[in-house]
Amino acid sequence: MRKAILVNAALLAVAVITLCPLLWMVSVSFMSPGEANSFPPPFLPRQATLQNYRELFSHTGMGRCFLNSLLLATLATFLSLLFNVTAGYAFAKLHFAGRDRIFKVLLGALIIPAQVAMIPLFLMLKNLGLVNTYVGVLIPAAANVFGIFLVRQYALALPNELLEAARVDGAGELRVFRSIVLPALGPILVTLAIFAFLGSWNDFLWPLIVLTDDHLHTLPVALASLSREHVQDSEMMMAGSVITVLPVVAVFLVLQRYYIQGLLAGSVKG
Amino acid sequence: MNGSRAGWMFAAPALIVIAVFFFLPVLAALGLSLTDFDIYAVADSDNLRFVGARNYLRLFETPLFWKALGNTALFVVVGVPLSIATSLGTALLLHTGVTRMKGVFRTALFAPVVTTVVAVAVIWKYIFHTRYGLLNYALGLVGVHPVDWLGDPRWAMPAIVLFAVWKNFGYNMVIFLAALQNIPEDLYEAARVDGAGSVQQFRFVTLSALAPTLLLVSILTMAGYFQLFAEPYVMTQGGPLQSTTSVLYFMYEEGFKWWNLGSASAVAFVLFLLMFAVTMLQFFVARRWSQP
Repeated sequence: MRKAILVNAALLAVAVITLCPLLWMVSVSFMSPGEANSFPPPFLPRQATLQNYRELFSHTGMGRCFLNSLLLATLATFLSLLFNVTAGYAFAKLHFAGRDRIFKVLLGALIIPAQVAMIPLFLMLKNLGLVNTYVGVLIPAAANVFGIFLVRQYALALPNELLEAARVDGAGELRVFRSIVLPALGPILVTLAIFAFLGSWNDFLWPLIVLTDDHLHTLPVALASLSREHVQDSEMMMAGSVITVLPVVAVFLVLQRYYIQGLLAGSVKG
Repeated sequence: MNGSRAGWMFAAPALIVIAVFFFLPVLAALGLSLTDFDIYAVADSDNLRFVGARNYLRLFETPLFWKALGNTALFVVVGVPLSIATSLGTALLLHTGVTRMKGVFRTALFAPVVTTVVAVAVIWKYIFHTRYGLLNYALGLVGVHPVDWLGDPRWAMPAIVLFAVWKNFGYNMVIFLAALQNIPEDLYEAARVDGAGSVQQFRFVTLSALAPTLLLVSILTMAGYFQLFAEPYVMTQGGPLQSTTSVLYFMYEEGFKWWNLGSASAVAFVLFLLMFAVTMLQFFVARRWSQP
C-alpha cells in the first residue's frame, strides 16, 4: 500500500515535470506581448488573447509554412508507402538472386549517419536544378532502410499457403500483392505512414540546407530563423511552437498504438 | 525464375533510390573529402583539385574542430547514461504494476519524443532564461541562485544535455517497458526461493535479462546523441565561446556557411568513423561481459 502511494507519487511528479514545458508553451502563447517576461514567471495568462496567433499568421508567413510542412509531410508519406511496402514484401516473401545478401548490406548501412551523404547529395541536386525545390527535399526520404525493414518483419508472418493458393488460381504477382498482401499489411502501413509523416514534419537539417527561399520554408526551418529575429517576443514564439508541435502530438495521440508497435519492431533488429 | 523477376521488380524501385541517393553520395563524400572543393568549385568544377589527406590533416590542426569533438564527446558521455538511466527508472516505475494509470503516464512521458525538436528547443530557451525562466524560478524556491544557463560556457552544454534527456527518455522507456514485460515471473520466483532480496533480484534477474536490450538501447542512443545539431543551432548558435559547437554544427558551418564542401565532407567522415568505432567498442565490451 505504501509502495503504491510512493510509486504513484513519483510517476505523477515525473509526468508533471515532463508535461510542464508543453503546458507552459500553450499557456504563454495566449498571453499578451511582454507578459511572460516578468518575475515570478506567470503560469496563466491574465487575459487569454489570440493576438500572438493573429500576428504570427498575418506578419511572419508562418501560415504558409504550415501549409508547406503539411504538403511535404503528406507527399513524404505517400512516397514512403509507394517505395518501402513493395520492397519490404519482396524481401520477406519473394525469392530473387542475392536477396539475403542485399538485405544484410542494407542493415549494415544503418550505421552510416545520413549526414555523410548530405553534401554530395546537395551538389547532385544542384546539378539537376533541384536545390530549393520540394522534389529535392523529398528525394532522399522516398525509400529508407528502416521502412523496408519494418514492412519486411511484418510481412514475414503472412502464410505462404495463402500466396501460393492465389498463384495456383492463376493470379499474377501484381494481383497477389494488391488483393492479398496489401490488405493483410494494413496495420503496418499505418505505422509506416505515421513514421514517414512525423519524420518529414520534424526534419530540420536537410530542409534547412535545401530550401533557401523563405516562402518554401517548412515550420521548423521558419521557426528557427524566427526565433533568432524575435528573441524578445516569447509569447509569439510560443504560439509558433504550438502550431508546429500540435499536429504531430495529435497524430501521435490518435494513432499511438501503431506508433509504439513500429518503435518496438524497429528496436529488435539486433 | 519467374519468382526471381517478380522479386526484383518489387524491390528495385526502393533499391534504386537508396543506391542513387544514399550509397552513391556516401562514396562521393569520401572522394569529395580528398579534394579542395570550395566556393569556387561550386561555381565551376574546373577549380577542383585532388589534395589527398590534406583536409583531414588541416582539420586536426584546427582548434575549433577539436573543441567540437570535445563538446560532442561531453554531450554523449554525460547525456547517454543520464538518458538511459531516466528511461530505465521510469520504465521500472511503470512496471511495478501498482499504478492504475499506466497508459496515461506512459503517454505523458512519451509525448516529448514525438514533438518537433526545433519547437521544443525554442520553449526550453525561455525555460533556461536567467531572469524569467521557469527553471531558475523553481531552483530559486529551494534557495539556488540564478544560473545563466545558456550564457555561461560552463553551463550551456549541461543545459542542452538536460533538454535532450527530457526530449528523448520516453523512447527508450517504451523499449525497456516491453523488455520488462517479457521477463518470466518464474525467474523472480526462483530467485526468491534462493533467498534473494529485492536488490539482488534486480541485479541478477532484471538487469541480466535486460542486458541485450541495454546494449541495443545504448548503441541506438549513442548514435543519436553523436548527431547533435538542432539543439545548439536553436538555443545557443554554438556559443557561448563555442562551448556548444558540435561536430555536425561545425560541419554545417564549414559546408553551408563557408562553402568548404571538401573539408566539410572530411568532418562528416570523421564523425562516421568515430561512431563506427564506438559502436564496435560497445559490441566488444558487451561480448566480454556476457562470457566472463
